[in-house]
Amino acid sequence: MTVSRVRVALYTIAAIVSLAGLADATYLTVQALTGETLTCGGSPDCFRVLGSAYARVAGIPLAAFGSLAYFGVFSLATFAAFAYKRAGALLALLVAAMFLVTLWLLYVQAFVLHAYCRYCLFSAAITFLLAGLVIAIPPSRPDCI
Amino acid sequence: MKRYLPFIIVGAVALATLGSGAMLYRAKRPHLLTIRPDKAVSGKGTAESIHIRGNPDAPVTLEEFGDFQCPPCSNAAVFIDQLVKEYHPNLKLVFRNLPLPVHKYAREAALAAEAAGLQGRYWEMHDVLYREQAVWSKADNARELFDSYAGMLGLNLNQFKKDIASEKARQRIESDQERADSLGVRSTPTVFINNQEVAPNEKTPNGLRAKIDAALKQKSSKA
Repeated sequence: MTVSRVRVALYTIAAIVSLAGLADATYLTVQALTGETLTCGGSPDCFRVLGSAYARVAGIPLAAFGSLAYFGVFSLATFAAFAYKRAGALLALLVAAMFLVTLWLLYVQAFVLHAYCRYCLFSAAITFLLAGLVIAIPPSRPDCI
Repeated sequence: MKRYLPFIIVGAVALATLGSGAMLYRAKRPHLLTIRPDKAVSGKGTAESIHIRGNPDAPVTLEEFGDFQCPPCSNAAVFIDQLVKEYHPNLKLVFRNLPLPVHKYAREAALAAEAAGLQGRYWEMHDVLYREQAVWSKADNARELFDSYAGMLGLNLNQFKKDIASEKARQRIESDQERADSLGVRSTPTVFINNQEVAPNEKTPNGLRAKIDAALKQKSSKA
């Protein structure tokens, strides 16, 4: 398999994986907008995390930023798969930022809130997977014959 | 065509996300409950069997279904107490127990509050349980802590221990749970102001103030 084909395959996988993150973050955004995260009724740990002050930034649900970020990953990975210039570099930057935010959120769950929400852990797993995929993408160079 | 394909794919995913998000929002949007007049809290006449904070004759009733182990209930308890003071004598709080099965010690905490209530100190125990929620929720034996809170409040400890296991305390909780079932209340805190449920996003100090003001205005315009 040529380098360019490997790149296309990995960008396509990243785009597909990001859709799972997008679905998760969209679900959490809707939960926050309906106020479901401000009441108890489901998993106590999820409500402790999603109902905390850390789950909103300036009143906006953090999950909404997550949705935008995953949509950004999907878009950039799609464009990169179609060999659009700079899409790959922007994707790497976005995934790096998401990776750092994910580390911070895991720290908050583990050491501040002492509770884990499975939807947040799923999102963290998706981000780690995306980071792995982005690292695995070989640098672009002309294919050898 | 290939040049435009990524734009088409990205646009389709954007539309699908917005569409499914909107559908999910419609499905999950809270359907606010209303208490029928025959099930409404009638004030002084029922004061002996329910827990009322504030003026029992207040024109506005805030009825809350709460769980002592629920963190949002603990947050709400602080500002609801402030609102009762702020609106005195126009607002009364009626507290109903709705211990959720997902919370390990919620039922025992409700029993502790009822046992304190049998010695006339319901609200003191209510406040301590919410204030210390983070401590007893994670304890191995919450019951020991409830006993220590009873001692701190100056209750007769032997009587408190008997009352916690009593049929009377159990029945009070079950009666509140039956009311929750009959009204369709499933989560906590669920708040009604003059028999109209308050939307989850409005359960903030300012959101509740707006609802209380509107209820007061409605009462005064009817008078």
